[in-house]
Amino acid sequence: MTTGTRTLISPATLARPRGKALYWTVFTAVVVLFALAFLFPVYWMATGALKSPDEVARTPPTLLPEHWRLSGYTDAWDLMELPRHLGNTLVQAAGAWAFQLVFCTAAAYSLSKLKPAFGKVVLGGILATLMVPAQALVVPKYLTVADLPLIHTSLLNDPLAIWLPAVANAFNLYLLKRFFDQLPRDVLEAAEIDGAGKLRILWSVVLPMSRPVLGVVSIFALVAVWQDFLWPLMVFSDTGKQPISVALVQLSQNIQLTVLIAAMVIASIPMVALFLVFQRHIIAGISAGSTKG
Amino acid sequence: MTKTAERRLPAHTAVPPVPAPPPAGDRRRRRLADQLRAYGFLLGGLLCFALFSWYPAIRAVVIAFQKYTPGSPPEWVGTANFTRVLHDPEFTAAWRNTLTFTLLALLIGFAIPFVLALVLNELRHAKAFFRVVVYLPVMIPPVVSALLWKWFYDPGAGLANETLRFLHLPTSNWSNGTDTALISLVIVATWANMGGTVLIYLAALQSIPGELYEAAELDGANLLQRVRHVTVPQTRFVILMLMLLQIIATMQVFTEPFVITGGGPENATVTVLYLIYKYAFLYNDFGGACALSVMLLLLLGAFSAVYLRLTRSEGDA
Repeated sequence: MTTGTRTLISPATLARPRGKALYWTVFTAVVVLFALAFLFPVYWMATGALKSPDEVARTPPTLLPEHWRLSGYTDAWDLMELPRHLGNTLVQAAGAWAFQLVFCTAAAYSLSKLKPAFGKVVLGGILATLMVPAQALVVPKYLTVADLPLIHTSLLNDPLAIWLPAVANAFNLYLLKRFFDQLPRDVLEAAEIDGAGKLRILWSVVLPMSRPVLGVVSIFALVAVWQDFLWPLMVFSDTGKQPISVALVQLSQNIQLTVLIAAMVIASIPMVALFLVFQRHIIAGISAGSTKG
Repeated sequence: MTKTAERRLPAHTAVPPVPAPPPAGDRRRRRLADQLRAYGFLLGGLLCFALFSWYPAIRAVVIAFQKYTPGSPPEWVGTANFTRVLHDPEFTAAWRNTLTFTLLALLIGFAIPFVLALVLNELRHAKAFFRVVVYLPVMIPPVVSALLWKWFYDPGAGLANETLRFLHLPTSNWSNGTDTALISLVIVATWANMGGTVLIYLAALQSIPGELYEAAELDGANLLQRVRHVTVPQTRFVILMLMLLQIIATMQVFTEPFVITGGGPENATVTVLYLIYKYAFLYNDFGGACALSVMLLLLLGAFSAVYLRLTRSEGDA
């Protein structure tokens, strides 16, 4: 009765012995299904990297590695130059995050609070890019990055090719703008009467009040760069500059399977760790997205 | 609120009253300064949008009608790019594959998360565990999921066939067979992405008022009837939204076919975005790539417009 709102099946049905039995059967089935469908592949990957090349290719396969060899992981680390590629990804993601936080926040603040002339038109133009799926425009975007208009510079093989386009993220900008719109007017006006400039207000009034939305935008920004594949594949032809996602695919052709699997595990760790640490916020953010549109 | 009231009051009552309105020229200068400041804040973001969103969108349309080779001046060629692309046998394959992929992803990738969310919503234990586990694949980099499944689909010691052997079922060619390749990729995409759909749908289910189920039960509705007459109508909007989002996402599929099958076997998994990539980076035919992009853009733009329309009207209601 006190266990929250009622759902499809009534608490009374569940309280009956038959209902109880059925409930626990379904519950066990779902646990097993989830373990097999979502956890087992991950387990298979993590242990596959510990097996010897012979053992990985064996039929029927072994559930547990016969000997726990770490050489798959150490080989991947050295042979595939994982520190360098992980470092590239980290630099690209961190830069994209910083650029987005600075420029998207400033632009959202301006659109929300400073009333620029034609602000509505600008916002409309930004929102219109939501209708244009990003991937469909990669080729002209690539041509633009390869030869920037007016200054005729190429950003290819430069992390700026990730950082600057990341700022053109209508979703994050709109998220920030909507949050700023809801900040109480009087607090900002009070700060203004106290003589604070616009930048000062943004820095010491708006941003401290916006921690939740800044957290969401930060996670989105980091995850987007870390997971991206097609764009970095196009922009980084220089092997030494490639992020881990591109390097994994490029190197997957001629590397031993166990070493590749180990590299895949290592490449997954940062995002999975981020998820496990911030799971409550991430899941709440996704769930809220549905009701707020 | 009270704080600002206190602060504002003296400004209107105490000795130095509101300063007299400044002369018109001064005011105009003030307004100009305000505008400059507003655009100063806006500038960085605006430039990035102009360079990497608006300009490429225009350029896609322009280059679609040009012969474009980087480094040399473009030539206008009319609709030659479109006719060339349309006559490419891969063009038909790519669109057929993309549409089949989208449809299969809707059937499999939409039905499963839907049922899963329904069941999860009834469970009263280990809620956090289920949510974390179902979302875990989403956080694994897509390239890793693709490589992982490529290994599973290995005809020799791959996990997929090992499982079939274990169950004494006939083995399959999976991603290596012409007629099973596409569905194999749909399975990967579903596994990797359904976490988001489940979570969003779960949140929508939780907003259904319990009285509706109670009333339906009193009226004698059984389980399936309750799903049909309460759950589905109550979440119709979210279902539609998620569907459109998924259509838009799956029509841009690239990583799975690129990594797992390379578009093969026999073009069975070439998708539109993959073909765009090939035109640009293998054939060096940027005009053709942009012509294809424009076609994809128009179709996806239509879906996006519907999606935005729906979310907008819901927001107003």
